[in-house]
Amino acid sequence: MLSKSQARTFFLGGTIVTFAIFLGLSWNSLSNDVPKQTHPENLTEQVVRGKHLWESNNCMGCHTIFGEGAYYAPELTKVYERRGEAYIKAALMSKVPWAPRGRKMVAYGFTDEQATDLVEFFKWVGEVDLNGFPPKPELKR
Amino acid sequence: MKYASQKVAYWFFAAAILLLSLQIVYGLIMGFAHMGYDGLHSVIPFNTARAVHTNLLVVWILLGFMGSAYYIIPEEAQQELVNVKLAYIQLISFLLVGVAAIVGYHLNYWEGRKFLEIPRPLDWLVVINVLTFLGIILATVYKGKKRTTTSLVLTMGLVFAALLYLPGMIWFDNQTMDSFFRWWVVHLWVEGVWELIMGGILAFLLIKLTGVDREVIEKWLYVIVGLTFLSGILGTGHHYYYIGVGKIWLIVGGIFSMLEPLAFLAMALFAVGMYRKGEKKHPNKLALYWTLGTAILSFVGAGLLGMAHTLPQVNMYTHGTLVTAMHGHLAFWGAYGMIVFSFITFAMPNLTGRRLYDTTYGQLAYWLSNIGMLGMTVAFGVAGVAQVYLERKFGMEFGAVQQEIEVHFLVLVITATMFATGITFYIIEFFRFGKPTNEAIGFEETMKKSN
Repeated sequence: MLSKSQARTFFLGGTIVTFAIFLGLSWNSLSNDVPKQTHPENLTEQVVRGKHLWESNNCMGCHTIFGEGAYYAPELTKVYERRGEAYIKAALMSKVPWAPRGRKMVAYGFTDEQATDLVEFFKWVGEVDLNGFPPKPELKR
Repeated sequence: MKYASQKVAYWFFAAAILLLSLQIVYGLIMGFAHMGYDGLHSVIPFNTARAVHTNLLVVWILLGFMGSAYYIIPEEAQQELVNVKLAYIQLISFLLVGVAAIVGYHLNYWEGRKFLEIPRPLDWLVVINVLTFLGIILATVYKGKKRTTTSLVLTMGLVFAALLYLPGMIWFDNQTMDSFFRWWVVHLWVEGVWELIMGGILAFLLIKLTGVDREVIEKWLYVIVGLTFLSGILGTGHHYYYIGVGKIWLIVGGIFSMLEPLAFLAMALFAVGMYRKGEKKHPNKLALYWTLGTAILSFVGAGLLGMAHTLPQVNMYTHGTLVTAMHGHLAFWGAYGMIVFSFITFAMPNLTGRRLYDTTYGQLAYWLSNIGMLGMTVAFGVAGVAQVYLERKFGMEFGAVQQEIEVHFLVLVITATMFATGITFYIIEFFRFGKPTNEAIGFEETMKKSN
């Protein structure tokens, strides 16, 4: 039967080996995948400002992006493709809560410039290669 | 309790339970909003309620861990905490930072990064606070007469948890990088080092409650935390499927995530096995209930339900839907909520010297909260699966789907009320114990002998 010191070796050995592999894979992702899949060259000042607005207003508290966030409001990874610039800007600049089908969004009343920054952010997000996410609705008639 | 300084744990537990109550209130606000009753929207919009709900969760669990550590470490090291006053200051300052953060969330002051909404200036205060906590714990372990495996694993978990908070504080322009390192904190906490802390607490409880030999329990503790890291570290890959990094993570994440339930299965088998083997002389039966409950429900909630949607083929459809909320609720409650409750239930008689071992309120609290949470899990699951099919498979519009599944949130609110009733009984029981006292030193041993 396993002794305590063997159990300890299993714990320490397993941890060190898997953590080393994890660091290696992470290094590979950051140096090879990120440049290929996320188009960092398109990260303009507008996109970065848009990301900052996205965070400082906790949009993730209702929406998801890359499937991450909360489940109260629509997935926005492909929102630029789905809705287009005019619709997005209308929702962002509205002075009264935007409420499709009655579910309210906070009325942020962004300026035209801020709304454009967010649109640029969504455009960049929409172009990231997400290994096929979000899936196409295959049973849609 | 054997050392006067262990009393500080009581106040951490009181604070933890208070914050849990508040967490439930914000949860109910969200449940009603999902049903279409969003009367509080102008004061507490959904994103505020959500950030408060999840952050309170993290803070109360951490308070529970800290309280447990302040109780366990003196007993394991056979040494009073080196500085009790500092421990109280640490508690109060931790609460102040928490209150500041929550008030901020109501004023649109945050960094909207799921689970890490605390703005960076406040992050630094958290860091200082946690360092103070670790300082007290490490100094006590260092000065102590004994260094046991249990205290070693617990301390290691706490130190790693603190270190892993740091990657979440780096600023990135690229959303993919941001997400990548955010999971270093969130995933490696809950599916890594928190399990270490949980394992340490569980081992301590089993040693005390079952009377099985320490050497046997601690050997299995190593096996369990070994399995945790073996599967959990590379299991981080399941968060990297669809965020803009390579397909290698689909394979690595898929395989190692499928192994993740093993650690929880081992924990469940271990707890039940030790229970069967032990003499069961300890009079605190409720603590034993909670301990076995956490071992089993963490396997169901974190292990099985996590595995249910972790394969890339499944996760492609369930990622970013209410299915995640289904898994999240039972995982956090079963693993971390319940381990903290186990410990509080174990510690209260010992801290206060009152023999409230197997009371009606205690039983009601246990059954109502657990059945309520299982009901909530089912409600989320049904809503989530319906959402997956309607939205992701049939391509129905998001809002239309949400209206279709509103009814499941009625079930959610009803079962959540049941859960909240259980917690209310727990709180009443907590107050019936009264305050901790030095007269309780040695109480546990006396009770064990007389049993």
